[in-house]
Amino acid sequence: MSKLQNAIVGGVRTAMGYVPGNWLPGGTPDPLIERRVTLGTQQSRVDGPDKVRGAAHFAAEVPMEGLLYAACVHSTIPRGRITELDVAAAETAPGVALVMTHRNAPKMAVPPPIGLTNLKAAGNNILPVMQDAEIRWNGQTVAVVLAETQEQADLAASLIKVGYEAAVARTRFEKAKADARTPDSLMIEKNRLKKGDVAVALQAAARSVDAIYRTPWHNHTPIEPNAATIAWKGDRLTVHDATQMLNGTAGSLAKVFGIKESQVYVSSPFVGGGFGGKALWDHQILGAAAAKLAGRPVRIALSRASMVRLIGGRSPTEQRVALAAAADGRLKGLLHHGFSVKPPHSACDEAFTLTSRSLYASESFDVVQHTIDLDVLANTFMRAPGEAPGTFALESAMDELAHELGMDPIELRRRNVPDRNPVSGAPHSQSDVMLAYDLGAKRFGWDRRAAAPRSRREGEWLIGMGCATGSFPYARMPGMTVRITLDGSGHATVSSAAHEMGMGTATVQRQHTADRLGLPLESVTVTIGDTSLPFGSFAGGSSQTASLGAAINAASGKLAVELLRLAGNDTPLAGLRPAEIEFVNGGLRKIGEPSRYESFVSILKRAARDQISVTGVSSAPLEMLKFSMHSRSAIFCELLVSDVTGEVRVDRLVGCFDCGRILNPKTAASQFRGGMIMGIGMALTEEALFDERTGRVMSASIADYHVPAHLDVPDIDILWTDIPDPRTPMGARGIGEIGITGVAAAIANAAFNATGKRVRELPLTPDKFLFA
Amino acid sequence: MAIVINGTNYPLPDDPRVSLLDFLRERLGLTGTKLGCNQGGCGACTVILDGTRVLSCLTLAVQADGRDVLTIEGLASDQSGLHPLQQAFIDHDGLQCGYCTPGQICSAVAMIGELRRGDPSYVTADLVEGPKGGLRQEIRERMSGNLCRCGAHNGIVAAIEQMLNGEAP
Ligand code: FES
Ligand code: FES
Repeated sequence: MSKLQNAIVGGVRTAMGYVPGNWLPGGTPDPLIERRVTLGTQQSRVDGPDKVRGAAHFAAEVPMEGLLYAACVHSTIPRGRITELDVAAAETAPGVALVMTHRNAPKMAVPPPIGLTNLKAAGNNILPVMQDAEIRWNGQTVAVVLAETQEQADLAASLIKVGYEAAVARTRFEKAKADARTPDSLMIEKNRLKKGDVAVALQAAARSVDAIYRTPWHNHTPIEPNAATIAWKGDRLTVHDATQMLNGTAGSLAKVFGIKESQVYVSSPFVGGGFGGKALWDHQILGAAAAKLAGRPVRIALSRASMVRLIGGRSPTEQRVALAAAADGRLKGLLHHGFSVKPPHSACDEAFTLTSRSLYASESFDVVQHTIDLDVLANTFMRAPGEAPGTFALESAMDELAHELGMDPIELRRRNVPDRNPVSGAPHSQSDVMLAYDLGAKRFGWDRRAAAPRSRREGEWLIGMGCATGSFPYARMPGMTVRITLDGSGHATVSSAAHEMGMGTATVQRQHTADRLGLPLESVTVTIGDTSLPFGSFAGGSSQTASLGAAINAASGKLAVELLRLAGNDTPLAGLRPAEIEFVNGGLRKIGEPSRYESFVSILKRAARDQISVTGVSSAPLEMLKFSMHSRSAIFCELLVSDVTGEVRVDRLVGCFDCGRILNPKTAASQFRGGMIMGIGMALTEEALFDERTGRVMSASIADYHVPAHLDVPDIDILWTDIPDPRTPMGARGIGEIGITGVAAAIANAAFNATGKRVRELPLTPDKFLFA
Repeated sequence: MAIVINGTNYPLPDDPRVSLLDFLRERLGLTGTKLGCNQGGCGACTVILDGTRVLSCLTLAVQADGRDVLTIEGLASDQSGLHPLQQAFIDHDGLQCGYCTPGQICSAVAMIGELRRGDPSYVTADLVEGPKGGLRQEIRERMSGNLCRCGAHNGIVAAIEQMLNGEAP
């Protein structure tokens, strides 16, 4: 955000300070918190049968007449110019319909960047796409081949000869630190936080720690590769995409091709894993451009190698955390500084210091982060951007401090958990991380932990236990829109351009709508996944459930008004105002007077209507400005480290989550586990290998980037506090991202407890224990 | 020259470079079998060839000449029904996005056969005695070729365990 946006958010915050909390959206707690019927119960996924049968169709599976297949040729230098481009052999290869390079690509505008303020933009890599001979990162697409089959396209792509004139490129993290920039803001926060004097606190402290933590490049690595099936009809563009930003993609492609948003249709009913990586990148633009040139539909399904060249990952971080504490463990000073990569053509902050501004009370704070500019593909958001690497550093440091103090790590946290936001003073909407710790510790058996490192051994295996806090902020997006259509049989259909990537979107909002409208589950259908439906914000920031929840709530209010109007005077509801009625048993009734009731079926029948439709919109999320709203978790790990090989095996994981009300325990537990498993990968194996000499990603296959396999994943116990958040729809906060946070720290802390070795650089590969 | 897929005969593709995976997905429109990496690393493309699980991305279609291929579409005994393991995946929420799921299920169906046959694995402690079927570690080891990025591992293992402890499929 700009300085101006900072000022506006700051101004609104100041004004909000004088507004009583109950004036705000969600000020009166959502009545569904108390009145749950299907919410809170275990429900299997509505799309489960299709998915287990292989009948759920993904972007690269949409059949089209006359389809051409695309293959990409990528640059092999990080910076410079194309000087030679020989496509003759490719053009005459069997089955080839088109070779597109910067020489014949159509004119296209630079895609507009993803932003929190523009939901119609989804661009990540804000650079011209195939418009000139310039090379801007190692892996940029220099040619696209279209052929009748994938095999023909792949062969022809291999026949293209490209010559380059290389220019000096910035590819070294350490070297580029000297020119690092210090942005004014991070997401919607000011970047620099100074309160009191941390330097003085560190000098005067009874105990202190001060260390550097490092995390590498990460890739999302969804099992479904990024892919799109694309067709033009005149100047109308259809894109079957794998995206978590339907409307953002439509809006961006409209800008790129100079057409109206209404001329772009994007469909993505199922996404085979997103984690931040399924937004708009060059391939959709290239595919659409090539389809336009060839006059035929195109499928562009990226190979794993093309994915690492064209889909950005999570930036590496180097973080310094220093903590100063009194002898009783209370924090006197908290310093969190650091660097991450964010070239000017990237739209995404890796805001790893945000957690340090709210998690613990400290007398003084010194928090700021810097961005490094490299000639690389833009970094992007990946599951819990900021918080995933940030909690690794902060929560490792807390463990180090507990060790220095000779204090139990949970006790240290208990002494420092604030009762309101320690920086802004804003009250928490709901927060009870210590309850999460208490419940989790009991389930885990924390009392069996030996405080002294290296005290337990079984044969070659050293055994340790560790814990850490996870955290992710609440977010609700404005503008999310749903339509509720109620038909003459009393069946409600909810539709919105929302996304399903495995979260159970339709499953949970079906439960929500049933409870909201007083209907049985069977009387609700949820339709999502394409831009012909009412406007949807993105599936990101763990915001989709709350945003859809607010929109459905708003629509239900309008539905009540509309039904009362239709009901007229010949009804037991006659004369009642919307505030006096409630939805129940497939109809409306007067609150506190059950005899004054009429069913939807009866109202519609009398009014001779087949159906009625209303739309509702998620309002401005003012609650985020008034309250400090964060989900937190307590993560526990027991593991083994081989004294011989340095191998780490995670034996047990427990996660206890304080995320408001849990809406569907079955799908929620899966989502928490999924995040925690990605945390195992982050802790132990995941690292995109980047060649600093050439700026090229070396781990260009799924075999080179190690995500957890079955044998790496133990049984994971999931618990939650289930305390409703009175400021949110349904009392729930988002749960998609928090699962990964805190896990790497809990594992590193357990590894310290096992071995006495503190590894501050992820991933925790065997060498780091053997040679530390 | 034909491949039998889910009981139906299909002529071989004319291009010998076509993988069994591309043959299923792009030529026959049987898209239940998923492409995850196209290089043998993820297991999403697993199908059952003459009773044995294979990675269809590493199998040329012509190699399946005259052989029986069973894909996710052919697992259930009738079109709308579900194989008991498919139902167990739903019951235990052994899926999220659903993209790795057909490969996990095909792999598990054939793996159960390997386990019952007594094929040893890396976690089989006593190779003479053979595996003690139903152990979670045994399932995990044998399913480790099927990656799941959503992290549905616990549910997948629970579903397979239920299958192993219940009646034979
Ligand atoms: S697609 Fe065959 S193993 Fe990944
Ligand atoms: S369910 Fe998404 S990859 Fe396994």
